[in-house]
Amino acid sequence: MRTIWNNYRYLILRRTTQLGLLLLYFGANAWGWGLLMGNLSSSLFLSTVPLSDPYAALQMAAAGAVLATDIIVGALIISTFYLLIGGRAFCSWVCPVNLVTDAAAILRRKLNVDSISKRQPASRSMRYWVLVLGLIISLMMGVTAFEFISPISMLHRGIVFGLGFGWAAMLIIFLFDMFVLKNGWCGHICPLGGFYSILGKVSLIRVHHNVENCTSCMKCKTVCPEHQVLHMIAKESADVLSGECTNCARCVEVCEDDALSFSIRKLIKNKKSGE
Amino acid sequence: MQDAPSKMENRASNDRRKFILRMTRSAGIAALGGFVWSAYVDEATASQLLLRPPGAIKEDDFLRTCIKCGLCVEACPYNTLLLAKPGDNKPMGTPYFIPRDIPCYMCPDIPCVPICPSGALDESSVTTNGVLDINIAEMGLAVIDDESCIAFWGIQCDACYRACPLLGEAISVEYKKNERTGKHAYLTPVVHSDICTGCGLCEKACVTEKAAIFVLPREVAMGRVGNYYIKGWDKDDEKRLEGAKEIKTKTEISKDSAVDSLNSDSGDLY
Repeated sequence: MRTIWNNYRYLILRRTTQLGLLLLYFGANAWGWGLLMGNLSSSLFLSTVPLSDPYAALQMAAAGAVLATDIIVGALIISTFYLLIGGRAFCSWVCPVNLVTDAAAILRRKLNVDSISKRQPASRSMRYWVLVLGLIISLMMGVTAFEFISPISMLHRGIVFGLGFGWAAMLIIFLFDMFVLKNGWCGHICPLGGFYSILGKVSLIRVHHNVENCTSCMKCKTVCPEHQVLHMIAKESADVLSGECTNCARCVEVCEDDALSFSIRKLIKNKKSGE
Repeated sequence: MQDAPSKMENRASNDRRKFILRMTRSAGIAALGGFVWSAYVDEATASQLLLRPPGAIKEDDFLRTCIKCGLCVEACPYNTLLLAKPGDNKPMGTPYFIPRDIPCYMCPDIPCVPICPSGALDESSVTTNGVLDINIAEMGLAVIDDESCIAFWGIQCDACYRACPLLGEAISVEYKKNERTGKHAYLTPVVHSDICTGCGLCEKACVTEKAAIFVLPREVAMGRVGNYYIKGWDKDDEKRLEGAKEIKTKTEISKDSAVDSLNSDSGDLY
């Protein structure tokens, strides 16, 4: 029991957060709970505090909409929050699509798809192209381009308000991640992940690698959905500073040598040493 | 030894080629993706026959302003409002309602509007003198198919008239003699577009198999006169003529004789 908790504590916490948030949103629509109303595009916390998806707000601005105060304040609150705790913490702790793509990633590992198709034919910086493309299309078409195709809001809205054919989109993402491209949606395409990657560059909570304890077993790199962020493993002691790290903490859990842990970025020390 | 610099050069030019190839390939993928994406978005937002919640701004602005959070849907006490799901063939995630299923019951406090965070539902458009006023909402306009409305057959039915929350104002009943029987009257409903809010209670109440009175978006249901017609009998309307400028045009008159056109083929008529 103790080892289960030790090996999966963050995973359990993450799934609890993800499902708990879904339950709160679902309860707001189904039973009139007032804690968290709306959905991930925009919500109302405690019936007073607005929370809004900052990338959606950017698209609205690009499309030429007049941004309401609630949207601006909500987007700022969300941006500040993720700026502090790690941009892509949204991806691994909140986003419901993460459940789908994590399932695909686990199955991929279990069925050894990874070892058969090692070559990854696509670049992980594609998401930044999609991010910009979304804004350009919003600008040209005068509608929020990504919001009309986003599988994230599709699934989240689906769970809260009724799914319709949304399950088909989830199946496609699952199969795509499973057979076409490892971490295909979340690690290559999703522009919202790209947006939070940019935010996450400066965030405070970081995974720290302590090379003295490392035995180079590379379990962390196997389990990491963004393994390129762990380039320092077995080489040097350093914080994982890439914004693409989702702070999912799977690496921290699978490490049996205590070489990975959460830390708070040392801003002041860095300034002094001029790094 | 002589080969060394040229090999380096080769490698450099290969790197350059690779770089150019990679850039053009990325641009190509982006162009293809952008094309498919924008084509889809264009199609997906083209739906016109949608009834929006009260206070909704113009459809074009609505599509770029609505953040699809569903707070209006959650606020609606009658479950009137729905969020468009994939497969509904409506702009995905945006709120709408189907009056034949559940109409808008026109709550006086309009809970769906003030909760909107994005301004897609505009509170000021349903406010008179600082107080929320659902009676001035313009969700749509009821239109009547008088072929399938049994009142136009001469059967007495005032279901829509009775169901209307603005009783006697948005729908009135007109009397006309029924010449077929010679002793009965037609009591036919007439919708007044200046009063009708498009709530759809009439559509819900209609007794025919498929409603003979139904709500359409105002943009779809109404024509537009244009500003070149002026009601000469209306003092206010005639004021538009003040400050109007004259535009003189001159059409050249054909020099051919009028008789000639009778003898020619129809070519010179066009």
